[in-house]
Amino acid sequence: MTASTVLSAGETGTARREQEGGLVGTGALLRLALRRDRVVATAWILIFVVMAAGSAGAVAELYPTMESRVHGAAGINNTPAMVALYGRVYDPTSLGAVGLVKLVAFGAAFVALVCMFTVVRHTRSEEEAGRLELIGATVVGRYAALTAALLLSVGASLVLGVLTAFGLAGAGLPTSGAFAFGLSWAFVGIAFSAVGAVAAQVTSSARTAMGLGATVLAAAYLLRAIGDSTGSDSETWLSWVSPIGWGQQVRPFAGDQWWVLLYLLVFAVLVSSGAYALVSRRDHGAGLLADKPGPANAAASLRTPFALAFRLQRNGLVGWLSGVCLGGLVLGSMASQVGNMIDSPEARDFIAKLGGQEGLTDAFLSAEMGILAVIVAAYGISAALRLRSEETTGRAEPLLATEVSRLRYALSHVLIALVGTTVLMLGMGVFAGLAHGLAADDLGQVGRVIGAAAVQLPAVWVLTGITVAVFGLAPRAVMAGWVALVVFVLLGQLGPVLKAPEWLMDISPFSHTPKLPGGTVEALPLVVLTLIAAALIVVGLTSFRRRDIAS
Amino acid sequence: MTTAISVSGLVKTFGQTRALDGLDLTVRTGEVHGFLGPNGAGKSTTIRVLLGLLRADSGETTLLGGDPWADATSLHRRLAYVPGDVSLWPNLSGGEVIDLLGRLRGGLDQQRRAELLERFDLDPTKKGRTYSKGNRQKVALVAALTSDVELLILDEPTSGLDPLMEAVFQDCIAEERDRGRTVLLSSHILAEVEALCDQVSIIRLGRTVETGTLSQLRHLTRTSITAELAGPPNGIADHAGVHDLKVDGTTVKFDVDTKELDGVLRQLTSVGVRSLTSTPPTLEELFLRHYESELSSESGKHTAAVSK
Repeated sequence: MTASTVLSAGETGTARREQEGGLVGTGALLRLALRRDRVVATAWILIFVVMAAGSAGAVAELYPTMESRVHGAAGINNTPAMVALYGRVYDPTSLGAVGLVKLVAFGAAFVALVCMFTVVRHTRSEEEAGRLELIGATVVGRYAALTAALLLSVGASLVLGVLTAFGLAGAGLPTSGAFAFGLSWAFVGIAFSAVGAVAAQVTSSARTAMGLGATVLAAAYLLRAIGDSTGSDSETWLSWVSPIGWGQQVRPFAGDQWWVLLYLLVFAVLVSSGAYALVSRRDHGAGLLADKPGPANAAASLRTPFALAFRLQRNGLVGWLSGVCLGGLVLGSMASQVGNMIDSPEARDFIAKLGGQEGLTDAFLSAEMGILAVIVAAYGISAALRLRSEETTGRAEPLLATEVSRLRYALSHVLIALVGTTVLMLGMGVFAGLAHGLAADDLGQVGRVIGAAAVQLPAVWVLTGITVAVFGLAPRAVMAGWVALVVFVLLGQLGPVLKAPEWLMDISPFSHTPKLPGGTVEALPLVVLTLIAAALIVVGLTSFRRRDIAS
Repeated sequence: MTTAISVSGLVKTFGQTRALDGLDLTVRTGEVHGFLGPNGAGKSTTIRVLLGLLRADSGETTLLGGDPWADATSLHRRLAYVPGDVSLWPNLSGGEVIDLLGRLRGGLDQQRRAELLERFDLDPTKKGRTYSKGNRQKVALVAALTSDVELLILDEPTSGLDPLMEAVFQDCIAEERDRGRTVLLSSHILAEVEALCDQVSIIRLGRTVETGTLSQLRHLTRTSITAELAGPPNGIADHAGVHDLKVDGTTVKFDVDTKELDGVLRQLTSVGVRSLTSTPPTLEELFLRHYESELSSESGKHTAAVSK
């Protein structure tokens, strides 16, 4: 894709030149994107593959007999909240259909999120940072960046789909179903890559573009949730207007409806051609939605580093809060029905061993609290990472050249991370507790559930602490916070399945959190976790005071 | 106190790179000090050491009577800083940034703020991400100039400003000087340096190579002479400080070190001068000589890479 393309196109008329010239440089940009994403993309592809293969390996134990599967499927299909959250089991006799029902749509939504992020990262983020302008002025066509981003994301989706299929087949599930499952994930990823491409054209900020994409994803998920749960024994048409719904309707391990993949493909082609049309109509750097003017004067309260940090992180926190509260609401309302869901004694035993101590409802709540704690820990990491992004973009520098000390500056975002995680966890606890209390007709449950949410916090703060410590000690390695979270989650999820040694699983702070509600509370682990978190934060802040500020 | 900034033997290394290699800099209270040097010479690194953002490896640094690293916060109350590449928060308006930075610096004068917004023709309601480079620069300038501080540290503050705004900037700095404020101005814009600076320091490769007033520095450079003489130009070629001599019959063309000008002119008049054109050194030549000598001595390239 170099000058020769341009020359040959020049001989055959302007229309073709416009078309071909628009793609000049795609290959070079794709190589650049691959170079930048080689670690990240490999990591997230592997996470999905391991998650799917690990679950497939575990379900054989969960549903050993035909009866247990039919019971399990009935438990899900007869619980509207479960159907809304995960979808329907379309073949109660199929191990794959029953065992992986939680992953079909839920996993696809995460694949979709990562794909949108990839596309936005290589288009709008680059443009916003001004790097694309540097590249755009060289021999690079108008559509090259978008095409390279889409090729990367589509390629990664397909690799992910095929590897997932191999993983599932390797775990003993039928090959045809394994490929239907893998490709349904891949094609949902491709469809949402196209959504990300449009979102990146519409706004001039990468953050807003991601927000827009996430809203479309949430709407698609909600449509199928309503469509799946309101029909008497099958989905309604609402599930058929949602890309996430199409991914489910491929029905892996339950008929393998391959032709539904075409819906996703046509959707992806139509939506991405919309993105191309937008590229040719807008200016570099601009979006379709114009920025609204802001106030000419700052509010009287905007006078401290903390006020600034809060202002910068406010919208993000509100978004996360609505997300986890909604999650709490759904899980809380499901909790009391969980006994109907799993009727096999082995499965009950398995759940009880895996999570809680007495009562399936408590075990379920306790397990879900653990999952939500991971999500809230992710918020804590991203909130603390603002410190680093503010530094590398040069926005910390003018602040630190005022009377603001480094400690005060760093504390502002650390406080947002600590207070934010607390608010998220407790907010989620309140909603889950109220939903569970109302469903079980026992408002005494509210306090128990809030308590169960609160005991998760020390482990969550350890992750914030790790991020802050690395930010101070080795700022270039700040992504270590995310790595730690992934490692801890894998230890927690796969450790018991793979029968890993106790000391290895004990590395994860989440393994020391009391199993509430229902379990006993020991203060010592909570105190120790809190002290570890505090020590990590102190190390990070002290090192930050002593090191150079990046320019 | 008469010295606002005093730096001697400053060394700062980044891994293998020696960014500052024994730099000296003295800025007296109340002066506008031009801080010049080619790209990558260490200007921004010096400024960031002065702001306590970087920790010096060795050398003495005193800023407003304090230690820029240890006393950073209390010193920052008395200074304002404009970075060369201003990065604003995408969703904060320019007006919010000006107010915030002013308050964090210990307060700002609303009347002065309004006046500066007017003079710089800046719309404070636009969001950070929608400003052009020049307008981002104006936000930082207005924020710095509204604060009541003793010292202004400006790192290429006018990059991206149009000529009209450049003039406004020069007026503002002249006013600041008249109010007795000290200004450290890193710049590549020679007209700006000539118009504003009392003293100039030129650095290259992390060392100070020249410091003094502009007229002192002019003295260090060469004047071009074209003369038609009454007779053959005897002895000119051997005279100290004469360069690039071209002789065409009785007409001579050469450059002469300004400090040798007097002696060379005596030599010419001893032969007899029929006509004489003398071109004084321009600032461009002054700087190019310093910048180029780095290029020729360090990398062997003779192309003048001074574009800013």
